[in-house]
Amino acid sequence: MKYLLYIIILLPTCLISQEKIQGMIMEANDKNEHIGLAGANVYWLNTDVGTVTDLDGKFEIQYKPELYKLVISYVGFKTDTITVEQPKMIHHWLIPTDKLDAITLTARKQATAKSFLSATNVINVSSDELLKAACCNLSESFETNPSIDVNFSDAVTGTRQIKMLGLTSPYILIATENIPSIRGASQAFGLSFIPGTWVESIQITKGAGSVVNGYESIAGQINAELVKPFSDNKFFVNAYASANGRLELNTHLNTKVSNKWNTGLYLHGNLRDKKFDNNNDSFLDMPLQKQINLMNRWQYIDTKKGFVSFINFKFLNDEKQTGQLDFNPGTDMLTTNSWGSEIDTKRYEVSSKFGYVNADIPWRSIGVQTAFSSHIQDSYFGLNQYKITHNSLYANAIYNSIISDSRHKIKTGISYTYDHYDEFLNAQNLDSDYERTERSVGAFFEYNFDNLDKLNLTAGLRIDKHNLLGTFVTPRLHARYTPWEKAALRASLGRGKRSANIFAENQNIFSTSREINILNSNGNIYGLNPEVAWNYGVSYLQGFNLFGRKADITLDYYKTDFKNQIVVDFENPQEVNFYNLDGKSYANSFQVELNYNVFKHFDLRTAYKFYDVKTQYSSGKLEKPLIPKHRLFANASYETQRKTKGNQWKFDATYNWLGSQRYSSTLSNPVQYQLPDRTPTLATLNAQITKVFSKKLEVYFGGENITNVKQNNPILGADDPFGSNFDTTFVYGPIFGSMYYAGLRFKIE
Amino acid sequence: MKKIITVVLLVIGSATFAQNKNAKASIEVDGVCLMCKSRIEKACLATKGVKSANWDVETHELKLFFDERKTDIKTIESRIAAVGHDTKTLKATDEAYAKVHTCCKYRDEEVQEDHKD
Repeated sequence: MKYLLYIIILLPTCLISQEKIQGMIMEANDKNEHIGLAGANVYWLNTDVGTVTDLDGKFEIQYKPELYKLVISYVGFKTDTITVEQPKMIHHWLIPTDKLDAITLTARKQATAKSFLSATNVINVSSDELLKAACCNLSESFETNPSIDVNFSDAVTGTRQIKMLGLTSPYILIATENIPSIRGASQAFGLSFIPGTWVESIQITKGAGSVVNGYESIAGQINAELVKPFSDNKFFVNAYASANGRLELNTHLNTKVSNKWNTGLYLHGNLRDKKFDNNNDSFLDMPLQKQINLMNRWQYIDTKKGFVSFINFKFLNDEKQTGQLDFNPGTDMLTTNSWGSEIDTKRYEVSSKFGYVNADIPWRSIGVQTAFSSHIQDSYFGLNQYKITHNSLYANAIYNSIISDSRHKIKTGISYTYDHYDEFLNAQNLDSDYERTERSVGAFFEYNFDNLDKLNLTAGLRIDKHNLLGTFVTPRLHARYTPWEKAALRASLGRGKRSANIFAENQNIFSTSREINILNSNGNIYGLNPEVAWNYGVSYLQGFNLFGRKADITLDYYKTDFKNQIVVDFENPQEVNFYNLDGKSYANSFQVELNYNVFKHFDLRTAYKFYDVKTQYSSGKLEKPLIPKHRLFANASYETQRKTKGNQWKFDATYNWLGSQRYSSTLSNPVQYQLPDRTPTLATLNAQITKVFSKKLEVYFGGENITNVKQNNPILGADDPFGSNFDTTFVYGPIFGSMYYAGLRFKIE
Repeated sequence: MKKIITVVLLVIGSATFAQNKNAKASIEVDGVCLMCKSRIEKACLATKGVKSANWDVETHELKLFFDERKTDIKTIESRIAAVGHDTKTLKATDEAYAKVHTCCKYRDEEVQEDHKD
């Protein structure tokens, strides 16, 4: 009877087939025993030619040379597709899916993906996107992303600040693996302390963000996921050299220690020891630099029991020297022989993460994160000295679960932060020592409702008790609504509060002859009050087809309204004044972004951004200096079809246009040191070509600022650096001009 | 015969097992895309007692967690069929199938082809 059935099933296939393949499907097990799987589906991909395995797991299927992808599926097991090139016996083991749960890695097709589903306006930047610019560190990783504006390098330190929604990075919560990391003392240079190759992906959240990571974020959150010992390449080398004398080396070594432990050692070194002064202002166009950055990660995975853990150790030593060409630190340090500056930073970090998921109740999980860091910066800028030591402890415990079913998710937990700041400076009107300790304990609760259809809503609330900021509530709300197909309408609102580290965040004030003043004295932080702001935003994303190709358009409008802000007032060219906001301060930003897949493998991303950022200064309500009102952005990328061995070409170009920016007032300066009201407009172009030879080797070559746009006199009073009009803060454009680089990546998977 | 006995034994085994608050099950449901995913999962979660439903677009596997005291696989399967998706044991009626979006007509080979990549 049974045989008759088989014959009937096989009959139609027998009639046409010439050859048959026999095989056996088995259940994967540790000992590689042949345990047959009865009833598994075996069929040729994209056809209806298929069969089912018998009681012993054996099967027989017709073979034709044009069919070569055989799909094997069975409920409870991972579906496999195997390539069959010859009609020979097939033995295949299927892996039970419950074994895969915790380690399922998904491949992302788009380099930058906007979500149509999540409640928050989050942009995911994958490692593919990060390769589009040969980014040496995190600050340069955002160059191909229109949501983040990367400033031109500072005239003295060469660092690049980022902005989001028209606000500078202190208003963005920047985290590595969800632990707030670029804050406090590391605010100024922290982005350049995370090497680009360490970054696996970046998530950019516009607007208030989640309460889980703290109360500090105002404009948005940026989270960088780092490479992981378990999934990163076994061995990776990246070498980079640029025509302006920058050399970089990155190596990754990952190895399996035991069944459950993996470890990785990541080393980054960079060096620039050539002096350049292309604009002949006697100042180096970019600093001399030496950096050693070391990270050791340990990853523990026990999928059976549901434990995941990371332990990380980091060490950084960074030395910069800048200033006049003839400056010699040995003889000229802190003298008026020659203007020079040195910034030495050491940073130690230990962090750990622990996660537990009960495999039988996968919606319940517990995560505990702890991090300790010690950041020491020793520096001088001409005659101004600045030293800061910042020790920080962070702990966060999160519990995830559902209420009744998975449409109602909750996250709750507690967090603790400790920050100790010790600063020394020798400014004329100020104390020389500032020391303070900040401690906060907080509890948070976040509820997410997802009806799997039109509505997704996240509401979060946290309460923190802080020794200097007081006890306060931080509400955050995000909602996504899908009015029709391929659309997402989002709204968010939230409050943020933070203490401004006025010196660490504004280190450019030391490279001026400005007098530094703090005009308030009754607050807890340098005599100033904490900064408080509300952020509201709406965003609309619409996907559509244009001439048969995929496209999407996003319209964003965000408004940040400061209840209090520490105003950094540069309006008197002889002074920089810090004071509590008295009046209005806001940042409104509008962005239109259009992404279009013009033809296969050719993607175009364009954006227009409008910023209206105004603050009430003591001299009036003014546009924030050096923020262009209008910006245009375009990025084009093209890849050739990947050949079998991985052989491929990749081309990428980014264009930026910046409207005019307001200079802070220089009216009271002598005529030769006066600047116009506004800067000229400017446009820059970057491009990169990558040639992939194989899965192991690729080389890249690129140029930054190819059209060689330059700001002619970036330093005011460069002829008299110890005079009363010396100022390096008026940088609106590139100082160096065009720069070319080349590099290679070698990896063993 | 041997097979039938095994199957029966297995079914009895699971049935006599204590009523589990977080019972786990995995069934195969036909569908093609993310819209199907949302339709299938929504139908499951709308069934009282279902705590979590996760359907995989590629493998067609639906992982379920439910409270055995409140519901069972059969009920869930009938809910899935009611929104137009076939399971191995229960085919959706033509009326129900007719209601799924044109791009989700998973029984149609052309539609399956469109979703291949």
